[in-house]
Amino acid sequence: MEVKILSAKFDIKDANKIAVAKPLGAYATLDKLFAMKPEEVIEEVKKSGLRGRGGAGFPAGVKWGFLPKNTGKPIYLTVNSDESEPATFKDRYILVRDPHMLIEGIIICSYAIGCHDTYIYIRGEYTTQVKVLQAAIDEAYAEGYLGDSVAGHDFKLDVTVHRGAGAYICGEETALLESIEGKKGQPRSKPPFPAVAGLYGCPTIINNVQSIASLPFIIEKGADAYKVYGTQKSPGTHLFGISGHVEKPGMYELPLGLPILEVIDKVAGGVWKGRKLKGIIPGGSSTPVLLPDEAKDVTLDYESMAAHKTMFGSGGIVVLDETVDIVQLVKNLIDFYHHESCGQCTPCREGLGWMLKIIKKILRREGSMDDVNLLRELCDNIEMKTVCVLSAACTMPVRSYLDKFRHEFEAYVQNASSVQAKQE
Amino acid sequence: MSDRSQLISTGKPFQYDQERDAEFERLIKRYPTRESMILPSLWLIQEQEGWISQEAIAYVADRIGTFASKVYEAVTFYTMYQLHPMGRHHICVCRTLSCWLRGKQEIIDYLKDEIGIIPGQIDEDGRFSLEEVECLGHCGTAPVVQVNGEFHEDMNVDKLKALLATLK
Ligand SMILES: Cc1cc2nc3c(=O)[nH]c(=O)nc-3n(C[C@H](O)[C@H](O)[C@H](O)COP(=O)(O)O)c2cc1C
Ligand code: SF4
Ligand code: FES
Repeated sequence: MEVKILSAKFDIKDANKIAVAKPLGAYATLDKLFAMKPEEVIEEVKKSGLRGRGGAGFPAGVKWGFLPKNTGKPIYLTVNSDESEPATFKDRYILVRDPHMLIEGIIICSYAIGCHDTYIYIRGEYTTQVKVLQAAIDEAYAEGYLGDSVAGHDFKLDVTVHRGAGAYICGEETALLESIEGKKGQPRSKPPFPAVAGLYGCPTIINNVQSIASLPFIIEKGADAYKVYGTQKSPGTHLFGISGHVEKPGMYELPLGLPILEVIDKVAGGVWKGRKLKGIIPGGSSTPVLLPDEAKDVTLDYESMAAHKTMFGSGGIVVLDETVDIVQLVKNLIDFYHHESCGQCTPCREGLGWMLKIIKKILRREGSMDDVNLLRELCDNIEMKTVCVLSAACTMPVRSYLDKFRHEFEAYVQNASSVQAKQE
Repeated sequence: MSDRSQLISTGKPFQYDQERDAEFERLIKRYPTRESMILPSLWLIQEQEGWISQEAIAYVADRIGTFASKVYEAVTFYTMYQLHPMGRHHICVCRTLSCWLRGKQEIIDYLKDEIGIIPGQIDEDGRFSLEEVECLGHCGTAPVVQVNGEFHEDMNVDKLKALLATLK
């Protein structure tokens, strides 16, 4: 089931070094690229159907097309390497195992959109990763792939790595921009969208690492070759991270569109310890959970996930075995999002705090049915009433657990009333 | 680690060493505004000193040419900036979803017993400090521990025991 497009060089020793990567094809698309007009590059990417791999799945070429023309302002590209959504661990393989593929992708995107300054925003925890990435960028400068004249062509491009410092919210694209500008990472209200007024108030494109790293293949082999993989509306391949209760957790590159249960069984070795499957989180912790029965006809693409009222997200699949205590899991989730709220919207800052208090009360077996209902009501009242979707990233999955595993919450609550009854 | 409201004074003026000074000058040319240097400057302080003092904050504000309050805003918002000295070995244990599913609690409990501190504390001789952190992006090899920035994956009590023995 596995294919190796993005991961072609991942298992080759020292492929992060330019001396190894170049004979294997790194930077080979640049002559072809500079023979194309920027509009033709955008057209090819549109044709490939490549969708943003940061979570929302927005078509990359279409986004680039939103840039206003001739504003007289510089255009910026920022590459989102914040990778902080729980259960997501794909972009770092690109950073460490094939950073030149990312740099080549940056050259392609920058040329297409007319950008001469790119910033890569990398999460602060990626200490070893940032070193490998910076070393690759230094090599690219030394060999003339970055700088005043990219690969000898009349095109200037600088790439700067900007380190975050421990804030999940900086993965949200406008918080990321604030963070590059030296401010605390608080998302901006939209509109204006970054394509119009982004970094330093200038037109800006933000793309995920994997989106950008997918470009060399598309330009080299063409949109049609990319569309051989995946489904019609979700073309290409994706680096899936499978974690939790499986025999062989790990990162696997797969075409989009495969049946989720088959992937869990055949690629990840199935539920560990011969246990039964309880649920699947399909695309990072913010995506609603799927029950085993529901998962039967779910495939790994944007459309199938939406049809099953969940999301493809970042391709981080988490497998839950029969022993998982869902109420405890929900507490772990709320704890995360509450901790990571940037604090500027009351429904998010206070609402998630309130949800945390309630779930803790339920776990202490001091809760009532009213508390369970209140938790459910809070989900509805917080969502979509805030500047960014961090709050929804918490309430959407929590609602799904409340609806699909209600009996587990009830058990805690009923147990509570019997404890109280005994005490009385 | 937990209290992010207090700055500590060393009573001594701060200055970058030569290497950090050069890195500051290299980076400042990369940004169209000087304030973009706030986060990189703070990283340079922390690399040099291990933590960020009141004097260091005043120094970068001055050098960038911005208000100390702007630097203060950033340093208190971003949780990886340490506002007081840490243990020689700063241990971060991921507490989030996939690590939780694969036994992060055993790791924490073992550390609590073995080094006698709870997350947020530093031990008496300054050898260890302990912190619980959010998803570290290594969920496929959970549970994960980071020591002074170095990742240790697929952790269990035996591996942890062996690791602690190497951290003097
Ligand atoms: C709270 C929050 C966290 C996010 N974290 C990330 C992240 O870590 N990495 C990422 O690429 N996108 C993240 N995103 C999505 C970005 O805002 C943005 O949509 C994405 O970087 C666009 O790139 P793409 O079109 O290539 O996917 C996050 C969004 C939100 C609301
Ligand atoms: S929803 Fe939460 S994280 Fe997003 S801007 Fe509002 S307070 Fe900040
Ligand atoms: S959940 Fe621990 S590294 Fe992601």
